[in-house]
Amino acid sequence: MIRVEGLTKRYGVAAVVDDVSLDIERNSITVIVGTSGSGKSTLLRMINRLVEPSSGRVLIDGADTRDEPAYLLRRRIGYVIQGYGLFPHRTVAENVATVPRLLRWDERRIRERVQQLLTVFELDPQAYADAFPHQLSGGQQQRVGVARALAAEPTVLLMDEPFGALDPIIRTKAQDDLLDIQRRFGTTIVLVTHDMDEAFRLGARVAVMSGGRLLQYDRPATLLTRPADPLVTRMTGRADRAIKLLSLTTAGEVALPGGSDGPAVAASASLREVLSQLLWCGADSVRVVGEDGGTRGHLTVAVILAHGRG
Amino acid sequence: MGAAALLFLPFVLLKPNRILPGEARSLLEVLPAWQALGCQAVLGLAGVTALVVASPRVRLAVALAGIVAVALAAAACGNVLTPPGNKVVRVAAGPAFWILLVCLGLMATDAITRMRPGPAMRVLSLALFFFVAGAALAHGTFDNLSVMREYAVNAARFWQEARRHIWLSVGSLVAAVLAGVPLGVLCYRVPRLRAPVLAVLNVIETVPAIALFGILMAPLGALAAAAPWAGTLGIRGIGAAPAVVALFLYALLPIVANTVAGLRRVSRATVEAALGMGMTAWQVLSRIEIILALPVILTGIRVVLVQNIGMVTIAALIGGGGLGTFVFQGIGQTAIDLVLLGAIPIVALAFSAALLLDALIEVVNRGRA
Repeated sequence: MIRVEGLTKRYGVAAVVDDVSLDIERNSITVIVGTSGSGKSTLLRMINRLVEPSSGRVLIDGADTRDEPAYLLRRRIGYVIQGYGLFPHRTVAENVATVPRLLRWDERRIRERVQQLLTVFELDPQAYADAFPHQLSGGQQQRVGVARALAAEPTVLLMDEPFGALDPIIRTKAQDDLLDIQRRFGTTIVLVTHDMDEAFRLGARVAVMSGGRLLQYDRPATLLTRPADPLVTRMTGRADRAIKLLSLTTAGEVALPGGSDGPAVAASASLREVLSQLLWCGADSVRVVGEDGGTRGHLTVAVILAHGRG
Repeated sequence: MGAAALLFLPFVLLKPNRILPGEARSLLEVLPAWQALGCQAVLGLAGVTALVVASPRVRLAVALAGIVAVALAAAACGNVLTPPGNKVVRVAAGPAFWILLVCLGLMATDAITRMRPGPAMRVLSLALFFFVAGAALAHGTFDNLSVMREYAVNAARFWQEARRHIWLSVGSLVAAVLAGVPLGVLCYRVPRLRAPVLAVLNVIETVPAIALFGILMAPLGALAAAAPWAGTLGIRGIGAAPAVVALFLYALLPIVANTVAGLRRVSRATVEAALGMGMTAWQVLSRIEIILALPVILTGIRVVLVQNIGMVTIAALIGGGGLGTFVFQGIGQTAIDLVLLGAIPIVALAFSAALLLDALIEVVNRGRA
């Protein structure tokens, strides 16, 4: 979908992004994670050409991004930043309608799209369409920012620390919402964060960057079990890596056939949550139930522990 | 204080002609008892209200009633003291009149401030004030007061100079906005330019107005002498040209500095988001940055307009025209009434300009944190 080839950005002699190549999969969330100064934001901003590369290129669906003017490219790519950058002089509805207006959609289509998005993002159009950004809470502003980025139905969504300004409880909810949105619209999402837990929670694939270089680009489980660089081990955390590994698998994925008279857990719960539940109850097996309440199988402590082995 | 003024200072001055100093008359001496006492009663009520009543509405109503009473009393004095058919005798407002007006004006302003009227309400009040004052003047209520005597003599010139005054103030403002806003945007975009440009404008701002007029006379005069086309355009060493150029130069600093300050206030995230969503550089500037900087730019425009209305007065000294003409003529002839004929409209103009632009700034600011 998005192919990054030998991308480099130099300011003077210092390379902020140094010869990075990676393929981003369609219809999934890819997370670029790194400490501050690792070049992760610059890499993201080169995809929509807010930063022009010193060398290398970016292909979207096989087409070089430099084949069209940057502003036309950006209208096809959603963009969400930390602090959201909502336009303070425009209402919520006008903010969301920004890109459709630039693309000269007709007014009826814009109105319908704004209504639809506000509803999806749990912002009652009656109450919020004509509100100004400063009248909203931080969580609501964040949702308006994402709704605005998705307004013109982009196939690609770039997000730079989109949850950085939210408190932990709202952040978890916002992350869940993003997973839902990705499934609902099938958008290809590239998200930048410094938070490794967020990367593991959201990313189908995770790119770890440091000092402008791409250290490793893999599935989260692989980063834990086969780190390519000592720095990756340090960033993912050595002490609790088994627990992290458990958090990457859901009960539904590995449930064994047959029921159990232990406590019931949801199939969507991670093995980490299931293990915690078992410890709490002092049981040694759980019954895994689907969303419909039907039994989907069972799990024992031994099975769960086996999945945490590196 | 108003009460003391009424007791100890003359309310009107009776002058045998427009130049000689007048002899003092108090309210009770001049007016029939019921009129004088009526006026005193209203003023007494105002005094009591000022001390004991807290409601701003009541205070405003009483202050306005007081102003009307004082104005009508002055007009009545004029009518009583002027012998019919006599065009030489002048009846001028005395110290008590002015002090009462200031006291009542302060009381009204204070009440209005406490009521926090919206911008529409303030503009409406201003229009109402001008309507009432204009109607009273047109009706001839004040015709026997000295300032209006001067007006009667100079009516045609008054309107001509008033139009010129406004034209000079607004014209140089428009020119300064057309040049200053783009210059401000440039200074914002190219930080290396900012310091030197603002430094130069600061130096211009510190040159006294009268000196700048003088400095401009030489080059503009030379230009007119060297290029005949310049003369046909009205560019000469004296007259409107140096006035407009000087006002334009003075106006640049507030406009440029406020444009830069306004643009710097726009958050980086907002601009970044606008670019990231595919706005062109021009769209980001015109739809986001300038609009968000507008309240600060308008504040600069307000400063310039009020400053211009004041400074055009001085332009009269170099033949620029405007209401200042009356002020300086009046000073030359020691005819204080002629000075007032120029000064009162200038104050009214400056006050109205400030009020209108303040209302506009508030409207533009709406819906923003």
